[in-house]
Amino acid sequence: MCITVCPHAVFEMVDKKARIVDVDDCMECGACALNCQYGAITVKSGVGCAAAIINGILNNTEPNCDCSKENTPNCC
Amino acid sequence: MDFSLDFKSLKPVIAVAQSVSTKLTFADYLGAVKVRWGIGRDNYRVAPGLYKIGNPGNESEVFISANYKLSFDALRKNLAGMNAWILVIDTKGVNVWCAAGKGTFATDNLVKSIKENSLELVVKHRRIIVPQLAATGVAAHKVKEQSGFAVTFGPVRACDIRPFIEAGYKASPEMRKMVFPMRERAKLIPVDFMYRKYQLLLVLVVIFFFSGLDKTGFIFPKMVETGLFPITNIVGAYLAGIVLAPLFLSWVPFRAFALKGTFWAVVTTVALNLIVPTPLIEGVGLGLINLSIASFMTMNFTGSSTYTSLSGVQKEMKVAIPFQIAFAAIGFILFIISKLV
Repeated sequence: MCITVCPHAVFEMVDKKARIVDVDDCMECGACALNCQYGAITVKSGVGCAAAIINGILNNTEPNCDCSKENTPNCC
Repeated sequence: MDFSLDFKSLKPVIAVAQSVSTKLTFADYLGAVKVRWGIGRDNYRVAPGLYKIGNPGNESEVFISANYKLSFDALRKNLAGMNAWILVIDTKGVNVWCAAGKGTFATDNLVKSIKENSLELVVKHRRIIVPQLAATGVAAHKVKEQSGFAVTFGPVRACDIRPFIEAGYKASPEMRKMVFPMRERAKLIPVDFMYRKYQLLLVLVVIFFFSGLDKTGFIFPKMVETGLFPITNIVGAYLAGIVLAPLFLSWVPFRAFALKGTFWAVVTTVALNLIVPTPLIEGVGLGLINLSIASFMTMNFTGSSTYTSLSGVQKEMKVAIPFQIAFAAIGFILFIISKLV
């Protein structure tokens, strides 16, 4: 499944096992981890845009841009 | 007489689905242009629910869509000539990939939507086609477990849906890869350009004001006389950071976006100083401010890119932001000095 869902072809199958071709190609979206029924990989994913990271630093939280709140201006 | 009615079996089978066209109208294209410029972008939605393409029956495919109208339009225009269902889930008007990352285009919401729309009564089969980029939020095996519907991840781009289906619902490696060519980067520039327009205006007002600085105070005629060059610098830096750097993203060798922005600010600064002979202190002062602005703007473009990672951006920011603050501060001080000598 990881091979199907990865948007950057990070994985390849070798001997019926998935392996990472180049970890620098990974954007940490987490699609692979979410779709692995075997829990073979974990990813620390989250909002990765600079504005959200700054927001997180200023408010002492994880990076977030508050886009999930209905009435706040969307930055995404 | 014993009447016992099992109300659970008395479900009315009415697929209340609006028909939509696969042809986009001028209004649709105009809407797309507007949202790309940030106009009405927070409210460009379609109502969640079931939609008909053509004349679908209980064997027709079901495509899952976000309720951002741009996403919905991209999907339906690629289903021309087909009979299919579109199930639009509520992603709060956000596109597939962002919504998946935010948790709205995700397992729970999708399962809820399938049940609310009684999909199991609309189609006999148990297949749904979900855009690949939703995989960040949709766990296929969990959706199957909780709704009975098997998820097939369609291609990344809607324009590949037809070839995908013709290949027997199989995607080529290219169909599964997200790319970021200049054409796609260009589409993202207007909204990022407009996003910080008030901050840009503020900086321009401040620099114009300080152009009029003199040993005796702030002099309006001096602002008018000498303000154009600083303003041009700032606008140039903003453009370098949010237009030039994104447009020519892959042309510049540095991996860090902040450095790419810095590069283009060097170009604009050198060009401006060659065209307009300027006292050194003022030129360097404004130049440092330019580097700061452009670097910051391009660094922010990471949020619009399709390949940067959270850890990568954090690493970049740790180094870039102190430089941006320092350059802006030193540059501003030099600019003030240039006005006072």
